[in-house]
Amino acid sequence: MLKIKNLQANIEDKEILKGINLEINPGEVHAIMGPNGSGKSTLSSVIAGKEEYTMTGGEILFEGEDLSELDPEERAHKGIFLSFQYPVEIPGVSVTNFMKASLNAHRKAQGLEDMPAKDMLKMIRDKSELLEIDRKFLSRSLNQGFSGGEKKRNEIFQMAMLNPKLAILDETDSGLDIDALKVVANGVNKLRSEDNAVLLITHYQRLLDYIVPDFVHVMVDGKIVKSGNKELAYELEERGYDWVKQEKSV
Amino acid sequence: MKLETCPLGRKLDTHKMELKDKLVSSFMAFEEAFDVDTDIHQLRSDAIKEFETLGFPSKKDEAWKYTSLNSVLKHDYSVFPNKEDAIDYKDIKKYLIHDIDSYKLIFIDGIYSSHLSQTTHDKIDVCLMSSALSKSKYKPIIENYFNKIVPKNSGLNALNTAFSKEGAFIHIHDNKSADMPIQIINFSTGNESALLVQPRNLIVVGENSQVQIIERHQSLTDHPVFTNSVTEVFAEKRAIVDYYKIQNDRDSASLIDNTFIEQKDESYCFMHTFSFGGKLTRNNLNFYQKGERSESTLKGITIIEGKQHVDHNTLVHHTSPNCESHQDYKGIFADNSVGVFNGRVLVDRDAQKINAFQSNNNILMDDKATINSKPQLEIFADDVKCSHGCTIGQLDEESLFYMRSRGIPLKEARALLMYAFANNVMESVKIPEIKKRITHQIALKLGVKLGFDL
Repeated sequence: MLKIKNLQANIEDKEILKGINLEINPGEVHAIMGPNGSGKSTLSSVIAGKEEYTMTGGEILFEGEDLSELDPEERAHKGIFLSFQYPVEIPGVSVTNFMKASLNAHRKAQGLEDMPAKDMLKMIRDKSELLEIDRKFLSRSLNQGFSGGEKKRNEIFQMAMLNPKLAILDETDSGLDIDALKVVANGVNKLRSEDNAVLLITHYQRLLDYIVPDFVHVMVDGKIVKSGNKELAYELEERGYDWVKQEKSV
Repeated sequence: MKLETCPLGRKLDTHKMELKDKLVSSFMAFEEAFDVDTDIHQLRSDAIKEFETLGFPSKKDEAWKYTSLNSVLKHDYSVFPNKEDAIDYKDIKKYLIHDIDSYKLIFIDGIYSSHLSQTTHDKIDVCLMSSALSKSKYKPIIENYFNKIVPKNSGLNALNTAFSKEGAFIHIHDNKSADMPIQIINFSTGNESALLVQPRNLIVVGENSQVQIIERHQSLTDHPVFTNSVTEVFAEKRAIVDYYKIQNDRDSASLIDNTFIEQKDESYCFMHTFSFGGKLTRNNLNFYQKGERSESTLKGITIIEGKQHVDHNTLVHHTSPNCESHQDYKGIFADNSVGVFNGRVLVDRDAQKINAFQSNNNILMDDKATINSKPQLEIFADDVKCSHGCTIGQLDEESLFYMRSRGIPLKEARALLMYAFANNVMESVKIPEIKKRITHQIALKLGVKLGFDL
């Protein structure tokens, strides 16, 4: 589904990604772990198409298609979803209105008519129940005044609405208490299928207790230095990142 | 080149002189129709002399630095339209907030249209300035209030006073409330090749009384129209005035709106100005707080394009302690449009414990769009909270990326963000039908589809 080969990327001439290789197939859950500043969030932004970053080498293929020339919205239409580490507040646009614009934009890209209001409202109701989101919440301005947990829950709610092929969850666990984490993880797990994949970007192993990964990758200084199964996450939790760095330098 | 530019400059000045002379001479014809032995006659005569001295403002005047009237004054305006033109309700329905019950004062080319209007004298007076100026029963009100808060230093105000004849007269007696909103709408039909109209409104809201007013100026053809309107509003103790100005005229119509509001103790006045169209619009909006614990709210949304020009010139003069004022103006400027915001807050030495807030935020959509924003705070009291903020910005990149990552195309994402930016001001609108109408108008202007039609 996603093939990243020797990906290099800069921001303002500073080299962040220094040759990433990653392959994700349908049905798989991958986790990328690593210390602060290793380039994890950059990788997710580059996949989603953030324009501040410049790809300086390598390639990103999604279902065989080169993503590098596509706008962020085109990537979204192809089925890539990025759950933000810091979701943006948009005062004046309600959650439902935003969802309507988003969903209908996806449909338009697929050559479909706008979804009938009745169907959309029903879908919003169903998916908000999945994430245990209060109905009142939906008419509030998007993310404005939301707590950290509410923002993250709202991200996964949007993911549920859009049903992406590849969901990238960037530090979705940060700022969540254990109950909120369970709700969010439960939401993600319910959305998993043989056809879609999940890329988790995280600092801590905690989230991986609830969303169990098939592969764990360790990223240090712009490179994936070690890959393994979920046991690797426990090892990292126990031993920290230093041994991986040392192993790398050896 | 010199030979060409010089006469051109002279030509513009000549236009100004021509119009001024024409107006001064017209005054003689105008006053023939009236009884010259009245107080109002004296006021008008003094005013025309004042206009003769002051003339039209030019860019040399500090308050008109960013707004030139040259392009407006170049037409040969008719001052007295020839005939009343009958228009049907169906032709103008869309310009009214028609889905609410309301009193209506409708003027066509400056002349009252009785068949389109709905007035009242039941508990409150919603009627015509012409009758208020001529009938003896209104004499005390006219003597107490008419032309009492219009400053003397403006040629435009003087011009309006000199020709003051028709407009809205609204008197809400003490302890009464208008049971439905009042719409004041001035249409121009284009019967004249160019028309100058000068509505003159007086609104007196008694103690413990309330009123909601909607005002609009609308041209029905592409003939040039120049409206120079003066409105005086008096809010007595504990009165509540909720006023909406809807400005969405054609590119042939220009408006100078001079509004003066005096507030007594514990009165609340809200003014919302929605400027979405017109060739040149200048809002001179002046609040005089003359009583403790009174509150003024001035909000505006401006969304213009092409060569449109909107200038908000506000004044809040705090003379009494323990009062508040809130100003929030938002503007979105596309193409070559020009916006001006000049917000003056004046706090007298005795006006302690004042909260005065002012904010003016703008988005320029194109390189050629312009905004001139100038806050002016003059504070002579020492125990006050005053703040002002002004931003001129592009849209937030992170927000745009967020929306695009959810599949919303750039153009739509920009529109949605601008909609959100402007729509924030709408929270304080108290008439749901206006809120709905204006929200829809904003969405339409920005090309945003929102809401659910079930």
